[in-house]
Amino acid sequence: MIHTESLSRTFVTGRQSVEAVRGIDLDVGEGELVAFLGPNGAGKSTTLRMLTSLLRPSSGRAVVVGVDVAADPAGVRRRIGYIGQKDGAGHSYRVGDELVMQGRFFGLGRTEAARRAAALLGSLDLAGMEDRKVSSLSGGQRRRLDIALGLINEPPLLFLDEPSTGMDPQNRANLWEHILRLREQRGTTIVLTTHYLEEADTMAERVVVIDHGRIIADDTAENLKAGQAGDRVRLTVPAADAERATARLAPSGEVARRDRDGEVELAVRVAHGEQTLPRLVLALHADGVEVRGAAVHRPTLDDVFLSLTGRSLREGAPAGTVAERSAA
Amino acid sequence: MSTLVADTRAVWWRETLTIVRDPFSLVFSLLQPLVFLALFGPLLSGFAGGQDLGGVSPLQWFLPGVVVMITLFGTSMTGSNLQFEIMTGAFERILATPLHRSSLMVGRALKELTPLVVQGLIICAVAMPFGFRLHPLHVAVGLLLLGLFGVGVGALSYALAIAARRSEWIFWAVQQTLLFPLLILSGMMLPLETAPGWMQLASRFNPLTYLVEAERALFAGTFADPSVLWGLVAAAVTAVVGLTVGVRTITRSIF
Repeated sequence: MIHTESLSRTFVTGRQSVEAVRGIDLDVGEGELVAFLGPNGAGKSTTLRMLTSLLRPSSGRAVVVGVDVAADPAGVRRRIGYIGQKDGAGHSYRVGDELVMQGRFFGLGRTEAARRAAALLGSLDLAGMEDRKVSSLSGGQRRRLDIALGLINEPPLLFLDEPSTGMDPQNRANLWEHILRLREQRGTTIVLTTHYLEEADTMAERVVVIDHGRIIADDTAENLKAGQAGDRVRLTVPAADAERATARLAPSGEVARRDRDGEVELAVRVAHGEQTLPRLVLALHADGVEVRGAAVHRPTLDDVFLSLTGRSLREGAPAGTVAERSAA
Repeated sequence: MSTLVADTRAVWWRETLTIVRDPFSLVFSLLQPLVFLALFGPLLSGFAGGQDLGGVSPLQWFLPGVVVMITLFGTSMTGSNLQFEIMTGAFERILATPLHRSSLMVGRALKELTPLVVQGLIICAVAMPFGFRLHPLHVAVGLLLLGLFGVGVGALSYALAIAARRSEWIFWAVQQTLLFPLLILSGMMLPLETAPGWMQLASRFNPLTYLVEAERALFAGTFADPSVLWGLVAAAVTAVVGLTVGVRTITRSIF
């Protein structure tokens, strides 16, 4: 579905040049559900724009649904669906008109465009809204209309740029329900960008972590979490036993310590927390340490990002420092 | 080529749907040139009173100017709707369809030109009882010429809207700043025969001048005048330049 070789894009403004995307090598197979995860300014959207032919690569190449993006951009656009960050439907138009016209833009005949529009409105819970003005729709309805607009040409590959930004959790869940159902029905390959950790974690089957315009990790969320960060095991022991306990835990990794009125909380990262915890507790017990509390914290993708870059995704890197600047 | 026509038609129809679904907006745009004619016409008769126009109504001279003016006003605003669509995101979605880039501009410009045909006909009909003589075939050719010119102006307006997408006021500042010098230096409202030399010279570099002269010849009922040919050249050059600039602006801009 997607094949790229050192795909790059440099923006030149005046005498400054910013390398937004620096050599992306990526292959996405049929039916995959891939999320590009990274902070704002990491190069996710720029990558997506190149893959959708909206932006010319500075160097490298990309073949999307069998078509080279530089050689035949219109051919790429014919074969994909693209749902941008903002509202796709024009605010001063009627819902039904916009959807039918979108079909016409893809070269569909009038009746076929109308048939698909009606079917999509039905399956996205928008039936009966044909004559409503787009500006009168709620945020969730508008987003579902965007999905309909992106699917009118029945594309085998669908791109979504930050699909749920600014939505409340209920609407977000509803949106995903629709996306996943359509995927199940049509077998559509889906590539999306997100800076929501939970979204990448729970929805995507494959997470491509992008930072400073490069892919820094590419795997399932499960593997990324297991491989990169490990689980955090936390044990609470009496202050008096802290030294002995730390000595026992030290071989497993670096031990973090926090004192709390008479007790000490020790934390250590291990590969498989659930299996390791009982062994650690038994070993401490054998050492005569009284274990008063124990817990395993599964890592999040934020832990993955933190261990890869030394920064947290949650706080977000300040804009401008993300892309490296150099004089042209 | 056939897809280019189909694409243009689709873009034109989407834009025109805003009028079809809300025809009331059209009423005002039809009234505007009539008000202009009603208020300017009597003044013009007073001006021409001392001059010998060979028994021809001054409207015969003035009307073509009004039609060119409403074309320029209408098509130079093509970009203003676009700015709204860039802001909301609809433009990006349309860019992601396989539509030809030039059809995006031509379709939008044609939408601005659609009411123009109706406006032109109404103005002619209203002016006829006051001594205006209508040459239907010539006026039809005149409108086609204006259509070609309007596509060029519309494309330039489109490019301006994209260039000024981050600050809306720039679009209006540039549009207004250019509009009036172009209007006055084309002899559209007031004849330039009595103007100082530098103004006459400047008007020769204004494509609108050639268009106004061509429309005047056509509205007077002649094809043979060389100004018709020069008008066609000016309209064609405007269209080619406009579309070239427009397509380049679309492909090079980052939204």
